Amino acid sequence: MPDPIHQFEIHPILPIKIFGWDISFTNSSLFMLLTVVLITAFFMLSMRSRALVPGRLQSMAEVGYEFVGNMLRESTGHAGMKYFPLVFTLFTFIFVCNMLGMIPGFFTVTSHIVVTAALAALVFLTVLAVGFAKNGIRFLKLFVPSGVPILILPLVILIEIISFLSRPISHSVRLFANMLAGHITLKVFGGFVVMLLGAGTFAALSPLPLLMAVALTALEVLVAFLQAYVFTMLTCMYLNDALHPGH
Amino acid sequence: MADKVGAQKAGTAVPEGVGPGKVFPPLDPGTFAPQLIWLALTFGLLYLVLKRVVLPRVGEVIEERSDRIKRDLAQAEKLKADTQKALGNYEQALSDARAKAGAIAKTMRDKLTAEVDKERAKVEAQIAAKLAEAEKRITETKSYALASVGEIASEVAGVIVTRLIGKDVTKDEVKRALVQRAAE
Repeated sequence: MPDPIHQFEIHPILPIKIFGWDISFTNSSLFMLLTVVLITAFFMLSMRSRALVPGRLQSMAEVGYEFVGNMLRESTGHAGMKYFPLVFTLFTFIFVCNMLGMIPGFFTVTSHIVVTAALAALVFLTVLAVGFAKNGIRFLKLFVPSGVPILILPLVILIEIISFLSRPISHSVRLFANMLAGHITLKVFGGFVVMLLGAGTFAALSPLPLLMAVALTALEVLVAFLQAYVFTMLTCMYLNDALHPGH
Repeated sequence: MADKVGAQKAGTAVPEGVGPGKVFPPLDPGTFAPQLIWLALTFGLLYLVLKRVVLPRVGEVIEERSDRIKRDLAQAEKLKADTQKALGNYEQALSDARAKAGAIAKTMRDKLTAEVDKERAKVEAQIAAKLAEAEKRITETKSYALASVGEIASEVAGVIVTRLIGKDVTKDEVKRALVQRAAE
């Protein structure tokens, strides 16, 4: 049976060490770079003609732009559009990483907790910075919901603070766990097919896990998009908290 | 057999992945540093490219299109208003022309009627004059004819008498006799 964990291993392609820090160019780095190159190439190619009446590629680029733009605008209003480049970068980066991961043999950048945690931390710190920069001390009103009886207010504030602090954890683990679990499941079902084929008469059963693997692949493509969407959507909502903490 | 397969799976999958001395790769702290560095580099690069080049370009195109559509719609609206106005003017002109034509027709009709009436009156007067003259002539002819009746009668009487008695009688004699007879 093939090892379902093998696909998450990181090997250095070009070992680099600076001041004792290991910053080797690994297969993960390769796919990060590929993601950036693909996104840039796609937009450069699609927006090449800047046509008034868009062609197919340009339509895709514009739909992506409007999709993320509307997401951000609906959550944060006009004030949040300043953070559109960040949100758009997050969405395209995660989406393309997830989608590249769906190609057999490719590495899934977002299946490592450190990557998703770093992205979630980026969002969390941005929210904190924007929140305090825009609202000053009034940003702390975020933890004080209005219309709560004074007796249970301390408890509510405590809960609000804990929920706020746990945001980056749920934000990062959601993406990481989805990618990890999906790829393990796919690999396990793929392994079943191989195993059953080598098990004499049980080979007759091998189409069952194969069908399952096909169905799961479709599901995982959906999940790959959905998790990028969810990550971006949550980013928008957190940014909205930073911009309008009174709500 | 199925149990054996399951056991084989469990036996191979777990030790290889999380065996002793081997860390579950997605949680291996040894790989954190290179991943973070490269994530920062690539994500930062992508952020800059998107922010500086791609997003302004896409946004510009979309904005330009929506401006163009807005402009075109405004122009269409204006043209529509112009058309309405022109149509209104046309209707106005049409109804004016109609009214004018009606007025001209009426004056023309009135004028013609008046002329015809005048002509008719003239012709009728002429006819009346001719009629009167003719009547006068008839009356004259009648009275003349009536006046001639006596003479004719005496002449006829003279001829009859001549035939009857075989002797010529003068006109005066006949007349005298007639007048005398008439007096009796």
